[in-house]
Amino acid sequence: MKLKEKLLSSYLAFEENIDLENDIHNIRDEAIKFFEHSGFPDKKQEAWKYTSLNAILKEDYSIFPKKEETIEYRDIKKYCIHDIDTYQIVFVDGIYASHLSQTTHDKFDACLMSSALNKAKYKSIIKKYFNKVAPQESLTALNTAFSYEGAYIKIPKGVSAEKPIQILNFSTGNEHALMIQPRNLIIVEDNAQVQIIERHQSLTDNAVLTNSVTEIFAGKNANIDYYKIQNDKVTSSLIDNTYISQDRDSEVSMHTFSFGGKLTRNNLNFYQNGSNINSILKGVTIIEGKQHVDHNTLVHHRKPHCESHQDYKGIFAEKSTGVFNGKVLVDKIAQKTDAYQSNNNILIDDQATINSKPQLEIFADDVKCSHGCTIGQLDEEALFYMKTRGIPHKEARALLMYAFANNVLNSVKIPEIKKRITKQIALKIGVQLGFDL
Amino acid sequence: MLKIHNLHAEVEGEKILKGVNLEINPGEVHAIMGPNGSGKSTLASVVAGNEEYEVTEGEILFDKSNIAELSADERAHKGIFLSFQYPVEIPGVSVTNFIKTAINQIRKAQGLKDMPANEMLKKIREKSAMLGMDRKFLSRSLNESFSGGEKKRNEIFQMAMLEPKLAILDETDSGLDIDALKVVADGVNKLRTKDNATLVITHYQRLLDYIVPDVVHVLVDGKIIKSGDKNLAKELEERGYDWLKEEQLV
Repeated sequence: MKLKEKLLSSYLAFEENIDLENDIHNIRDEAIKFFEHSGFPDKKQEAWKYTSLNAILKEDYSIFPKKEETIEYRDIKKYCIHDIDTYQIVFVDGIYASHLSQTTHDKFDACLMSSALNKAKYKSIIKKYFNKVAPQESLTALNTAFSYEGAYIKIPKGVSAEKPIQILNFSTGNEHALMIQPRNLIIVEDNAQVQIIERHQSLTDNAVLTNSVTEIFAGKNANIDYYKIQNDKVTSSLIDNTYISQDRDSEVSMHTFSFGGKLTRNNLNFYQNGSNINSILKGVTIIEGKQHVDHNTLVHHRKPHCESHQDYKGIFAEKSTGVFNGKVLVDKIAQKTDAYQSNNNILIDDQATINSKPQLEIFADDVKCSHGCTIGQLDEEALFYMKTRGIPHKEARALLMYAFANNVLNSVKIPEIKKRITKQIALKIGVQLGFDL
Repeated sequence: MLKIHNLHAEVEGEKILKGVNLEINPGEVHAIMGPNGSGKSTLASVVAGNEEYEVTEGEILFDKSNIAELSADERAHKGIFLSFQYPVEIPGVSVTNFIKTAINQIRKAQGLKDMPANEMLKKIREKSAMLGMDRKFLSRSLNESFSGGEKKRNEIFQMAMLEPKLAILDETDSGLDIDALKVVADGVNKLRTKDNATLVITHYQRLLDYIVPDVVHVLVDGKIIKSGDKNLAKELEERGYDWLKEEQLV
């Protein structure tokens, strides 16, 4: 049975276990109908021209995972930011793992989507926010249809979350192949602040397909500092759909570190719904082998006097492939927009590929929009320079790649993340830099 | 220390060095002068191990062993240092971290452990003070938005830290005002010992007023056509290179 058919019939089974009286059910119903009609995206669609899902859709995925209780903290520790105090919302094979988590309802909520969707006290919030910024697109609709579990975070007005929140999704491989569809909802009200770290990690070499949807709402003058760490096994694929609605004076910063996975597709969408908004999108991609990373970004400037800054760097080795498809849309009303987009790539080997496609659609006449895209090799002169100081080829390359990725790391506000990412870069290139950067 | 015999080198099929002979002994300062495009910088690059250039004939002996097959970093490990005419910018890596990396990589190649942190710090303080460098300068990204003078001073700082046996200074004076030139030359002079040697490559005699050479060579069209003492540099300054070319023809 093809995956699409399997999903459609699984939906009927899914319905047997949920409350059909819940308002959400209508949303799920509409979504599955949409998916039934649209199917999976293919290369004929402009936004999927360079990314084919064919290979990953062939697997016979289990849709309903078995509960796995044998995972202990020591199995997952290295994938967590464990050297600082954080809240942790941990899922194992898509199911909440309370023994690995530290949630809160104290000054704010950092808990479960399943509670938020089912408990009466969250009803009005769910009604207001759930599926309100996520559009009806095939993969997002598919996620909506099966939406059940994920992280639910709500930071009330004026509250500043005192420590970062980690959303961690592990898969254990207790199924031959597993498809998981986390659904996260993050609401940061007026003048509130939060830092979030999200990671999807497989613990075995069995196939995993994650189709994740995260909706984020930033209230007036809210501040969200978000990090996605994508460093998964080459048997795991991730389709990460993130939709961010920003109200006036808010700042949302999103860093995406893509260091591994069979196929990674980031659909990152910012919608600016007030003035004086700042949207920051940064990414570092370093992959090798036959890995594929696709950044598909949208910044929709809908109001005047807003800014957006996009800076994506990619290093592609061996036969790896990358895509950057960055769209900046400036409405007629969005005067004085300041939009910047930059995508720089280094191809290490002849067979590595990057397809970079900036798209600027500007309907306002008094704006400052710029974009730049480069594709190149490591600078031979710089390598020679470092070698004349006694730094061997491998280390010199590592240092250059670090230097290349560095200005993306500059804006990382959590030092432990910066340190880890730096180490990860060195590790990927197979050297120790010998100092803390 | 350095013995170059009948060195021929080319880049992309274009012959640049056409039989260079040169011998430098410990304790000596040699200068190579010559018009634009005569092959001065190529010679510096080839000795330092730039793989862009292909050595087609001849040999380069350093401490009596042929280094032609060694990579640039291996040559640096043996004690060869090249100060660049145009030093490369490396954003995100501070001057201090860069030099730490270089020193420890050289020590690693020599089978030594990393230099202890306090020793490193002491050395950095000492050498940067010698060159009149501001402490803030050390934490800036390497060469990034440095002025011409700062870049050259930073090259000499690295040289001071690495203490090479043979330092090759490629157009170290270009782009420097006279005060910066004095500081840089003063630094080079302070680093001189009876065991190390310096090869100064320059267009102008000016630098040689401050770094006084034992031997001056004139490189024209890929060959050393004349060698002499420091007075040769003065003569070149006054008369240019044409008279030498004519002398060659005769």
